[in-house]
Amino acid sequence: MIGSGIDAASRPVIERRFRLQWEPAQNAHVLLYPEGMIKLNASAGEILKRCTGEASIGDITADLERAFATTGLAAEVLAFIELAIEKQWLVLPPAVQPAVRP
Amino acid sequence: MTPGPPLWLLLELTYRCPLHCAFCYNPTDFARTGTELSTDDWIRVLRDARALGAVQLGLSGGEPLVREDLEAIVSEAHRQGFYVNLITSGVGLTETRIRALKGAGLDHIQLSFQDSSRQMNDFLSSTRTFDLKSKVAALIKQHGFPMVLNVVLHRLNIDHTAEILEMAHRLGAEYVELANTQFYGWAWHNRAQLMPSRGQIERAEEVTRKFRERVGAAMRIFFVVPDYFERRPKACMNGLGSIFLSVAPDGTALPCHAARMLPGIEFPNVRTMNLRDIWFESAGFNHFRGDAWMKEPCRSCPEKTRDFGGCRCQAYLLTGDAANADPVCDKSPHHDRVSAVVARAQQPRHHEQPLVFRSPANSSRLFP
Repeated sequence: MIGSGIDAASRPVIERRFRLQWEPAQNAHVLLYPEGMIKLNASAGEILKRCTGEASIGDITADLERAFATTGLAAEVLAFIELAIEKQWLVLPPAVQPAVRP
Repeated sequence: MTPGPPLWLLLELTYRCPLHCAFCYNPTDFARTGTELSTDDWIRVLRDARALGAVQLGLSGGEPLVREDLEAIVSEAHRQGFYVNLITSGVGLTETRIRALKGAGLDHIQLSFQDSSRQMNDFLSSTRTFDLKSKVAALIKQHGFPMVLNVVLHRLNIDHTAEILEMAHRLGAEYVELANTQFYGWAWHNRAQLMPSRGQIERAEEVTRKFRERVGAAMRIFFVVPDYFERRPKACMNGLGSIFLSVAPDGTALPCHAARMLPGIEFPNVRTMNLRDIWFESAGFNHFRGDAWMKEPCRSCPEKTRDFGGCRCQAYLLTGDAANADPVCDKSPHHDRVSAVVARAQQPRHHEQPLVFRSPANSSRLFP
């Protein structure tokens, strides 16, 4: 299941068990979950904070390339999002299916 | 070297508890603890800790629901940006209160069970709470909280690990902590009756491994190995004074919730010292920072940066000196004391001593 179905049109969102937050004391984004915390590196934080469930991976990549005045981030962003889904930090909301009529 | 922020804040709001668990790590002399902090005191602690960089908050006790201001404390913690964990027996978690706590911004609930069976749960806690806890578990799910189900394992319930995991799965727990008893406080007092045998632990680990294979990622299981059976100590608190700050009901600030037992160290109180000074300046918090306090074999040991010499409380309880190596380590000259405890646990029990249950009356009896 994981790996298949992820593409530039997917709209990942932070899994409900996790909360993403900027922590000035750690100068980092962190993912908070029951009795635990993951300190994120800068690029992981920049990607995850854009995973709102509204933006597609394509949008996220374009936004990052704009923000950091660079190009060619697509593969890196996709690889990280796949990893984050595997770790259950992110989920892909089920795609809206057209109603099936008999 | 300046320590980093106290990322983890544990507030033990009260030592009052409707349960009387024989394995509780609370101090056995809790009955003579001074008056509890007021709501305003706790709120000041929250603000000061957050300003220092604390972000994970545990609200514990005793039973935190005994405090009628729990909702106010949660609300302020949420406003400050803490991730708020409630650590509870479930007793007192009514529909009204869980609704209020959700509204106040509580993030997560850790619910304790003593066993998978009503009989053993109720015996170990010396209460009739099993059915109530099952109802509370359903409430927690119904209100959309992630649920950690915590069961403290020991000689009397560890053989029920399979049933405990089935129960957790049935109740919809996202996480299960099978926490083998840590021997402090009441558990230390009752250690002869609670220490499991090596065979019991191995069987429980095997059951857990198989269960993990079966349910996969749907339920994450943490099996906390009892360190008496290890050859290297746990990196207790990641080193005292490194990331963890606990405040006892009477305002005593501690680098570990059990550290109060350590003799000759004065721990500061939040009523009389501000939290920044407590964390950075106080003798109680600086005592076991770095490695200047260490003795041999720790001092020259290459592993000291990994386990920080283990647990200070365990070193004190088993060797009489908190600066000794944790005797769980097989490099410790006192390791034979741990081996002896483990060897005794291999023997069948012929003359069971009765368990001493955690209660104000028993506390007063032990410390008249």
